[in-house]
Amino acid sequence: MTGDQMMRAHAATLPAPEFPNPAWVTPKPLAQSTVAIVTSAALYAVGDDGFSNADTGYRFIERDRRDLVLGHWSPNFDHTGVAMDLNVVYPIDRLEELAERGIIGAVARRHVSFAGNQPDDVATIRLDTGPAAAAALRADGVDVVILTPV
Amino acid sequence: MSVLAHVFEAAGIATIVLSSVREVAVKVAPPRALHCEFPLGRPLGKPSDPEFQHDLLARAFALLDASSGPVLVDHPEVIEADDQPVACALPPRFDPSLPPAVDEARGLRKAYDRALARRGVTSVGRAVSADEVPHAIGVLHAIANGAEWTAAGIPGGNTVAVCHDIRTYYEEAALELVDGPLPGGRAMEDWFFEQTEAGKTMLGARAAIRDAGAKFAIWFYMTPGQR
Repeated sequence: MTGDQMMRAHAATLPAPEFPNPAWVTPKPLAQSTVAIVTSAALYAVGDDGFSNADTGYRFIERDRRDLVLGHWSPNFDHTGVAMDLNVVYPIDRLEELAERGIIGAVARRHVSFAGNQPDDVATIRLDTGPAAAAALRADGVDVVILTPV
Repeated sequence: MSVLAHVFEAAGIATIVLSSVREVAVKVAPPRALHCEFPLGRPLGKPSDPEFQHDLLARAFALLDASSGPVLVDHPEVIEADDQPVACALPPRFDPSLPPAVDEARGLRKAYDRALARRGVTSVGRAVSADEVPHAIGVLHAIANGAEWTAAGIPGGNTVAVCHDIRTYYEEAALELVDGPLPGGRAMEDWFFEQTEAGKTMLGARAAIRDAGAKFAIWFYMTPGQR
């Protein structure tokens, strides 16, 4: 079994929280939507606080920052892809190009980074830090987020 | 990510998850998910391939057209993580008075510096700086060769952070030395643990710490689990 196969098999055994009445947003047209990225790569900008092991918090990443550090603590995934091209985890340049072409309405002024290695119950990101980050992006006028896992 | 999708959707934001573990996407059922069977750590699949990334994003944004959910669509392409080490030259032995891994790390410094100059940022620095990497490897070398790990002076006292910095130093340096196509998902990991002296030293230190009865989290996460 390869490393990726092993990690996927392990992840599939983890307890899955239930969402009995899931929300559903009918989005406005994409060409009028402001789009943000939410990643679990634990990326943070140089000068910001790094992520501790099992960090349940989040960091904002300003739209123009590209000097991002990978703060994820797991050794069980590839780290070189993002070193070669930030966009393979955080497709900020692709969003800028889509905005220039008018395919999306706008790129959000800031984006959000969490750490993927959360406690199994994911209670904090579900009830505390996740809603706080979402409210902040909504206040920024964000209509759509694309979530990129690590 | 699937959990956060529900949270953000509840805040009034339409969400699209690039799923990496299909079973999780099925169980947690985020409103919209594009499952991408790509190397872990590369949710957009292919570094330095804007055309592929744009195609993927177009498929993802197309999920916004659905009138109800959950929506789970598979990306048509599967990308396997390489299981062969990347082709990357290692520096020749220079100072035989040093442990081989320490000598090797010193020899990679110029490549690391080129990487830092090109990218302008490094992910080394959680426990040690690049200047301190050879010393940190020397500590692991001592542990692998019988030194008591609790008294060996692990920088910052954090085995996982030190190993992260050492491996990242090597991988960032190696990206300047790769001969051939860009390395795939596990190619650099394979190179580090199977071909470098530092990788072998890290595995040796990890085994020694494990055998000394250390707590699971102290030794296990020093390297990928399957090592």
